[in-house]
Amino acid sequence: MEKKMGVYICTGCGIGDAIDIEPIKDLVDEEFNISICKEHPFLCSPEGVELIKQDIDNEGVNTIIICACSPRVNQDVFFFGPDKIVERVNLREHVAWSQEPKDEDTQMLAEDYVRMGCSKAKDMELPEPFKAEQEYSKDILVVGGGLAGMTAALEVAKAGYKAIIVEKEDSLGGFLKKMKKRVAPPYEDLYDTGLEELVKQVNDNPNIKVYTSAVVEKTSGAPGLFSVQIKTNGSVAEEKVGAIIQATGWVPYDPKRLESLGYGKFKDVITNVELEQMASNGGIKRPSDGQSPKNVLFIQCAGQRDSEHLPYCSSVCCLVTLKQAAYIKEQDPEAVCYVLFKDMRTVGQAEEFYKKSQLAGNIFIRGTITQIGEEGGKLFIEAEDEFLGEKIRLEELDLVVLATGMVPSSQPEETPKMKAPEGAEDADEEGMIEVPPDSGFYAKPALNLEYRQGPELPTLRYGFPDSHFICFPYETRRTGIYTAGCIRRPMETARVIDDATGAAMKAIQCVEMTEKGMAVHPRSGDLSYPEVNLQRCTQCKRCTEECPFGAINEDEKANPLFNPTRCRRCGTCMGACPERVISFKNYSVVMIGNMINVINVPEEEEEKPRILVFVCENDAYPAIDMAGIKRYKWSPYVRFIPLRCLGSLNLVWIADALSRGIDGILLLGCRHGDDYQCHFIKGSELATVRLSKISETLERLALESERVRFEEVGISDYWRIPQIIEDFMNTIEEVGPNPYKGF
Amino acid sequence: MEATNQNILVVGGGMSGVTAALEAAEAGYNVILVEKRPYLGGKVTQFYHYFPKLCPPNCGLEINFKRMKQNPRIRFFTMAEPVKISGKEGDYDVTIKISPRYVTEKCTCCGKCEEVCETEIDNPFDFGLSKIKAIYLPHEFAFPMRYVMDPSIVGTEEAKKCQQACPYGAIDLDMKEQVFDIKAGAIIWAAGWEPYEANKIEYYGFGEYKNLITNVMMERLAAPNGPTDGKILRPSDNKEVKKIAFVQCAGSRDENHLPYCSGVCCLASLKQALYVREKNPESEVTIFYIDIRALDRYEDFFTKVKQDEKINFIRSKIATITEEENTGDLIVEGEDTHKGEQIRMKFDMVVLATGLVPNTINIEAPDVPKDKFGFILRDDVVKGIYGAGCVRRPTDVATSVQDATAAAIKAIQSISRR
Repeated sequence: MEKKMGVYICTGCGIGDAIDIEPIKDLVDEEFNISICKEHPFLCSPEGVELIKQDIDNEGVNTIIICACSPRVNQDVFFFGPDKIVERVNLREHVAWSQEPKDEDTQMLAEDYVRMGCSKAKDMELPEPFKAEQEYSKDILVVGGGLAGMTAALEVAKAGYKAIIVEKEDSLGGFLKKMKKRVAPPYEDLYDTGLEELVKQVNDNPNIKVYTSAVVEKTSGAPGLFSVQIKTNGSVAEEKVGAIIQATGWVPYDPKRLESLGYGKFKDVITNVELEQMASNGGIKRPSDGQSPKNVLFIQCAGQRDSEHLPYCSSVCCLVTLKQAAYIKEQDPEAVCYVLFKDMRTVGQAEEFYKKSQLAGNIFIRGTITQIGEEGGKLFIEAEDEFLGEKIRLEELDLVVLATGMVPSSQPEETPKMKAPEGAEDADEEGMIEVPPDSGFYAKPALNLEYRQGPELPTLRYGFPDSHFICFPYETRRTGIYTAGCIRRPMETARVIDDATGAAMKAIQCVEMTEKGMAVHPRSGDLSYPEVNLQRCTQCKRCTEECPFGAINEDEKANPLFNPTRCRRCGTCMGACPERVISFKNYSVVMIGNMINVINVPEEEEEKPRILVFVCENDAYPAIDMAGIKRYKWSPYVRFIPLRCLGSLNLVWIADALSRGIDGILLLGCRHGDDYQCHFIKGSELATVRLSKISETLERLALESERVRFEEVGISDYWRIPQIIEDFMNTIEEVGPNPYKGF
Repeated sequence: MEATNQNILVVGGGMSGVTAALEAAEAGYNVILVEKRPYLGGKVTQFYHYFPKLCPPNCGLEINFKRMKQNPRIRFFTMAEPVKISGKEGDYDVTIKISPRYVTEKCTCCGKCEEVCETEIDNPFDFGLSKIKAIYLPHEFAFPMRYVMDPSIVGTEEAKKCQQACPYGAIDLDMKEQVFDIKAGAIIWAAGWEPYEANKIEYYGFGEYKNLITNVMMERLAAPNGPTDGKILRPSDNKEVKKIAFVQCAGSRDENHLPYCSGVCCLASLKQALYVREKNPESEVTIFYIDIRALDRYEDFFTKVKQDEKINFIRSKIATITEEENTGDLIVEGEDTHKGEQIRMKFDMVVLATGLVPNTINIEAPDVPKDKFGFILRDDVVKGIYGAGCVRRPTDVATSVQDATAAAIKAIQSISRR
């Protein structure tokens, strides 16, 4: 579009007291040729906004530069329609509230920010939403036909969308088929599993199509455009879907590994899964002689909470045992159940069921088993009783039930291996290393994605493809693919239902947003997407390797193949690209580069250093705003540039800035490592990796490595901002001015 | 075919309510959100960190508010609450009451009013552990970012002084309570929870002893924007806390108080033990508990906390807490059920791990199934009004968000059903 720019400066909130407006008006005109530049004492008031609207109507202004408060506030006030570009220059929090008023350095700071804003607005274009050539599908594929899968499909269908279930067994139901009863809210009793009714609802729903004895052989494409090959009974069917819910459930922990608890050694030592199956198939009997058991011991945490087996808690086994003790009592009211446990974990209202179980006469022993054996056809155990503080012995046991835990179906039996990168220390003799869980090549086959970064969802520890985010529990690392139920974490049936219901929400939301060309979380609604100039691409593969969401495939010549509907718009690819061929309409290497270029770098004699700070706009930027709100003061020599994510940081900016005489570069980004906080998973980590490679550039320029620094800043760390800046300023002072000034 | 109102009403603007509103709006539905407080974000805004990542709640809220700012499908009202609901699925009439804020949307947060205001009130954000001016920004990250005037000064000279100091004419002392009706096709009740009132547990003496605090107060002590700037100091004399105890199940799992388990207090205390250890490296922590309920992968967090030798776990239901004269130290007594011995231990400060009480539907409204504690049940029989988050079960943030996401599709089904 033909741009007609207008600059509007607010003098309220102390801005007018802190800086002179006239010189700013002059520079806008002289340096950027923008003839419209107005000030208002209260720009966010109806009168102030009207001033801008007048210019839009009468002067044809379509690119509006607001020099006022932080872009975090008044977004609605300064919205002039989707066809207008609005750029915000933060003269309040980052200048007036944090700097000495009417100081020469404050004035220079404000002027630089206005320059940077004008330059950015000049380079920015309105994003046009991506629209694929193929037709979009809004159908949802649900892999797994157990409780989670059936629930998800039904919820999708009830909301008016179509669902397709792929179940590997010959009938729907999953583990529910093995279950006799459920224990569920309000936890006052045992309830029917509801399996038949659920299967009937699924089969009767015209919006649900079911494939049984079927597996997903191949999934290609991207959200809105997935093409799925389903192998079923010897033939292959193809379905087009918009989003995917993986609800492939769990498998019991292999009890053969629990020989120390007598499994495999004594016939009457069974697992909770085996007991459940017996209970639903005619009754609970001793495997050795088929008698109904009188004395039953349940051993909790049989493998769970044990670093040798499953280090995590399986969360449902306490309730399952209470339920199964009720089965035993129901079968034989004279029978006695003992429960040997570490902590009884009946959270929330489930505590009710624990109380009920205690009242029913079941005997709870807090302790640890030390020995199990057989005597005269009956079992005995010895344990440390924590309450009595002594060793106890239980004899004449008819049955010992091991409360074993849940393993996600995604967890491979053996960790797959891959070719080790050069120089890897932990490589084996054949040059192979174990695939880490957060790789797309780790999990057991379920989706068979045709993705350059692997066929399955990356997982967390123990193989759960769950979200790492507390606030965003449905975020997987593959756009449009959500997980539900026990594949995510061990959970009781009531929670499985809720979880699958939520996953259905995310799936339909994804197909709706995809159709409109919008990004899903965390840049929800963003219409921009990366465009690549393939002619200048050198097939270095950095973008395809580094994309945290596996959005980019490769052709046989290693050219990147972008899938815009898989993209989260973080710009990591843009930051990774050494040839600078990837850009967004409103965010590009050139755009940020030009912002750096308009910063006024004073001569060395003036003793006014310049520091460029690249700031994560999600966390560090709000932290700086808060520091401003608190009226903290910091050096007027720093210039903040917000980035979508530090993952989009392109090293060329640092090289350019340093060669222009900017004295230091500071990066403020999110915590990385195990408890990473980056909303784009790997952004801040990648930025640090790239920084480690900056030494070459610094050497070439004969500059000190201290000139570039990364600091982790969380959103609540606003109180650290002045100190971080001061420390860096001190370092730069020690290192001395950049010799490239004036070149 | 009956007309179905296409609005979804969300009651409560905490983590659950904000999530439910956003999830529905981003799928293309219109949402009206009402929040009782002057800002969105709910209880988690007062928390220092989340378990197990020890990350700040504002991080996720910032993203959510960003989503909200750019989504025209969500309208929200603060200081607002429903007072009556009538009708049925697809067609509800809801009466909403908005309390006067006395500050209009003209407020720029410049802070001039606060500078001239001299009256101080107990800071609700800090559970009364600090004072705040009677015209105030509730907290730094408040969204919407706008001041609020405490009603106690309305009608006084002080209020007029604030009004005169405002350069933008943003203070309206004639603002009145507003009551109006809206229509909605479905309602999500996400009104959250309140801490169990600790003074009801008489044998602990909360309210009598200054150094006996609750777990939610502990969050404020640890927060950098709290009453002690993030230093863990005890209230009686601002002494750095060296010996601290956490008393689990303070009211929870107790027939005389809350018979249910509050679900998150174990993990909250494990987290707070780390706050203390991190901020006061010399400190020693003792956790008195019945069962540590760190479900699923939270077990890793428990394992991590246990590795700190200065954090001791004693299995005991504490019977009494008394204050030592002169020192303000607290004496904790009970039985160590592991060792079978009587405990009598002295601490600088004691934290009661109090439980969660649901803010259930307590206004005139169509019948919604609840359990005997007031938690809202979700069944397939009663449709149209759905609970989300801690009104359904006492639970952590991630589960609340999951649940709120589920409630959103239920609400969508209610308005697209006919």
